[in-house]
Amino acid sequence: MQERALLEMRGIKKRFPGVRALHNVDFTLRKGEIHALMGENGAGKSTLIKILTGVYQMDEGNVYVDGEAVAIHSPQDAQNTGISTVYQEITLCPNLTVAENMFIGREGGAFVNQKEYRKRADEQLQNLGIPARGAQMLGSCSLAVQQMVAIARAVDMQCKVLILDEPTSSLDDKEVNMLFGLMRDLKSKGVGIIFVTHFLEQVYEVSDRITVLRNGELVGEYLTEDLPQVQLVAKMMGKSLDELSDLEEIGSREAVAGEVFYEAEGLASEETNPFNFSIRKGEVNGFTGLLGSGRSESVRAIFGADKVTGGKVNINGKEVKISRPIDAMKSGIGYLAEDRKRDGIIADLSVRENIILALQVMNGFFKPISRSESEAFADEYIKALKIKTASSETPVGSLSGGNQQKVILARWLLTHPDYLILDEPTRGIDVGTKLEIQKLVLQLAKEGVSVTFISSEVEEMLRTCSRLIVMRDRHIVGELKGQDLNQAQVMKTIAGGEAE
Amino acid sequence: MNENVKKKREPLNDTQLLMTITICIFIVMYLLAMALLKGGFLHAQQIFDLLNDNASLIIVSCGLTVVMIGGGIDISVGAVTSLVVMSCILYLNKGGNVLLALMLALGIGLAFGLVHGFLISYLEIQPFIVTLAGMFFARGMTTILSVNPQKVDHEGFETLRNTKIEIPWLGYVAKNGNLVPARMELGVVIAFFCIIVVFVILMFHRLGRNFYAMGGNQQSALMLGINVKKTRFLSYIISGLLSGISGFVLMMHTGAGNATNAAGMEMNAIASSIIGGTLLTGGVGNVAGTFFGTMTLTTIKKIVVSSGLKDPWWQSITTGGMLCFFILLQSIVLGKRQKKKKA
Repeated sequence: MQERALLEMRGIKKRFPGVRALHNVDFTLRKGEIHALMGENGAGKSTLIKILTGVYQMDEGNVYVDGEAVAIHSPQDAQNTGISTVYQEITLCPNLTVAENMFIGREGGAFVNQKEYRKRADEQLQNLGIPARGAQMLGSCSLAVQQMVAIARAVDMQCKVLILDEPTSSLDDKEVNMLFGLMRDLKSKGVGIIFVTHFLEQVYEVSDRITVLRNGELVGEYLTEDLPQVQLVAKMMGKSLDELSDLEEIGSREAVAGEVFYEAEGLASEETNPFNFSIRKGEVNGFTGLLGSGRSESVRAIFGADKVTGGKVNINGKEVKISRPIDAMKSGIGYLAEDRKRDGIIADLSVRENIILALQVMNGFFKPISRSESEAFADEYIKALKIKTASSETPVGSLSGGNQQKVILARWLLTHPDYLILDEPTRGIDVGTKLEIQKLVLQLAKEGVSVTFISSEVEEMLRTCSRLIVMRDRHIVGELKGQDLNQAQVMKTIAGGEAE
Repeated sequence: MNENVKKKREPLNDTQLLMTITICIFIVMYLLAMALLKGGFLHAQQIFDLLNDNASLIIVSCGLTVVMIGGGIDISVGAVTSLVVMSCILYLNKGGNVLLALMLALGIGLAFGLVHGFLISYLEIQPFIVTLAGMFFARGMTTILSVNPQKVDHEGFETLRNTKIEIPWLGYVAKNGNLVPARMELGVVIAFFCIIVVFVILMFHRLGRNFYAMGGNQQSALMLGINVKKTRFLSYIISGLLSGISGFVLMMHTGAGNATNAAGMEMNAIASSIIGGTLLTGGVGNVAGTFFGTMTLTTIKKIVVSSGLKDPWWQSITTGGMLCFFILLQSIVLGKRQKKKKA
C-alpha cells in the first residue's frame, strides 16, 4: 500500500525558552485515514498541531502536502493549503450568525451576501445532520452544536486535512457518535483526519493509525489494530503498567462508616432543582450523569458558586448558611471548578501566587502571607504534586494543562479543606497525571477528608468512589454503592431502564 | 433610517435589540418633549438644528463605533477634530483652496489613524494609551498653530458655508406671515453620507464583518483566518479619516476655531456609541444605533436647556445620569437574555 502521503512532516524541531517542545518529529497522514495523535500532556501534540496550523513557526523541518513542500506562517496559510482545525475550545465568534461563522475569513468578494451564506450554510448543516440554522446567532447554540458548526465550516472549505483537537471533551455520548459518523463520512470522501483525544476507547473506535509522542519525541507510528490498548498506554507513559494495577487494587472500596460531615436538605440554586445530599468524613463519592444532567450544577450549589435559592445545610451537625463561595471556604469546603481556564487559573500570575490565592482569601486581605512563607508553600506543593514548572515564579499560563490542574489542586490543599469537591479534575490532562490525581483523592480520603469526585470517565469514578450519585435531567435518579458499583449498573441507571 | 429588523422568525440579535431600545426611547422622549415643552420642539427645524449643531459629533461617533465594535477605543477624535479645524482655517486664511483644505483635513485624520493603527495593531500597545498620547499631541499642535481664536476669512469657503438646503414643506409660517423653510447645512448631508458608507461597510463588506468577528473574539477571528492586525489597523484608519471629515464639518458649522474647540467631544462620542447600543467590550453595535445615540444625547441636553436649567452643569449631570441608565439597561437586558439561553 505505497500510496503517496497527503501530509508529511519531517524532522520537525521547535524550542520554547527553556523547553524542547519538539525534537525531530515525523508525522505522516494518508488520504482517507483517521490518524490518532497520542501522548501525555507536554508530549508535544499541541505544539505539532499549532505548527501545522500556522500558530507557531517551527525552528527546523519540512512540511509537505500532496508531496509539495509548503510554508505555513499563519492560520490563513493553513486554510489555503487545505488544513483546517477544530479546537477543543470553540474558536468561533458568538456574536455572529452560524452562517457567517462558516464563511467569514475565507476567500470571497468584497461584499458579503448574507442570504447566499445562509442558504449554503443551511444546506451544509442539513447534509451533516447538524441541528442549527444558518440565521441563528452562534451564541444561542449549545457548545456541542458550536463545535459541529466549526466542523461544518472545515468541511465546507473542502479541506484535505482536518485536525480535531479534543473534539469530544464537551460532547455527550450521542453527540460523540454523531461526530464519529461525520468523521467516517469525511474519511470515505478522502479527507485525512488527525484526531487528538484523551479517550482511549474513542481512539480504538474510529482511528486507523496511531502516532505516539513522548517528551517532544516520536515514539512510533502504529496501525491501530496492531497495538493493544495496554501497550498504547505503556508507550505514552514510557513506563510499565504497575501503577495502573496498583490503583485497581485500591478500587471498589467499601462504604465508609464515619460521621456525616456535610448534609444538605432541599438544597437548590438557580441552576438546579432541590436535592438532598450528604457526605461522611473520609468518604469519596461521585456525581455521574450525562452532560447537562446537572452534576456540575449540583456541586456548584454546594459551594455557593451559583445563587442558592433554598435549602438547609448542616456541617458537622450545625446549621450553616452558604450563599457565596467564601462561606463555603470558611466552612472547610474546597472546590476545583470544571472549567479550569475560566474558573480556575489566573494565567498571568505565577505558580506561587496561584497556589496561595485561596488561603489568602480565607485569611482576609489584612493578613498577608509573607513572601518567604508563600515561597515555602509553593515549593512544598510543587514537590508534593510533582508540578513540572521551571520555578515557582513561572506564570501558570505557560504550564501544560495537567500541571495547571495540579496548581489549582495545590491551591485547595493548602487551605486544608475538610471537604474537597473536584469537578472534572482529570479532563484534558494526560494519563499519568490522571492516575496521580486519583491516587491523591484516595490518599486524602484516608486522612479523613471528604471528597466529591466528578469525572466524565465512569471508570475513573468507579475506581475512586465508594458511592455514586446518578443524575438525569437535573434530578438525582439513583445512588449506587457496594456491588452495584459497576459500569453496567451505572449505565443502566443513567439511561433509566429500571432503576429501583 | 429604519431599524434593521429582519422579517424572519429569528429573534433580534444583541445589536438589533439594543438599537431598537435606543430608537424607542428617543422617539418617546421626543414626543414627551413635544407634548410638555412645546415651543421649538413642535417645529421640524428643531430636529434640523440638532443635526446642524451636531453633524461633526455624529461623524466622529461613527468612527468611534467602528473602533469599539472591533474591541478598541479611540479617545483622540475630539482633539484631532480640533487640530483639523485650526489647520484648515489657517490654511484658508492664507488664501488656500477649499478642495485642498478638505484634502488637508483628510490628510491629518489619516495621519493620526495610521500612527494609532500602527502602534496599536503592529506594536500591540494598549489603544487607550496610544490614543491618549494622540489626544495630547493633537491638542498641543492646535495650540502651537494658534493660541488665539481664528475666524475663517475666505470667500469661496463662505459661499460653501452659507449653502443651506431648504425644505419648504417642513418649514413653518412665522408671525409676520412669511414661510420660513427648514434649513439644513451641508455638514448634515456629509454626516448622513458617512453614516451610510460606514453602515454598508459594517453590514455588508467583508471588512466590516471582520470588525465584528474581531470584537466578538479576537482569538477566534485569528483562527478563522482573519488578518486581525490588518483589520484592527484599518479600524483606526477609518476613525482617523472620520475625525478629519468631522473637523471640516465643524469648521463649516462654526466658521471659527480656537484651541479648546471640540473639547470633550471624544467623551460625547463614546457616550453616543454606548447609548446607541455599542458595547465597550466589542462585537456588538451599529452606526444606525450610534446616530440615534447622538440624537438622544443631544436632545436630552436641549430638553434640559429648554426646561429652564440653563447652567451648563445640568447638561453634564443629565448626560452622566443617562449614560448610567443606558449601561444599566443594556446589562439588564443582555443579562436576562443570557439567563434565558441557559434555561
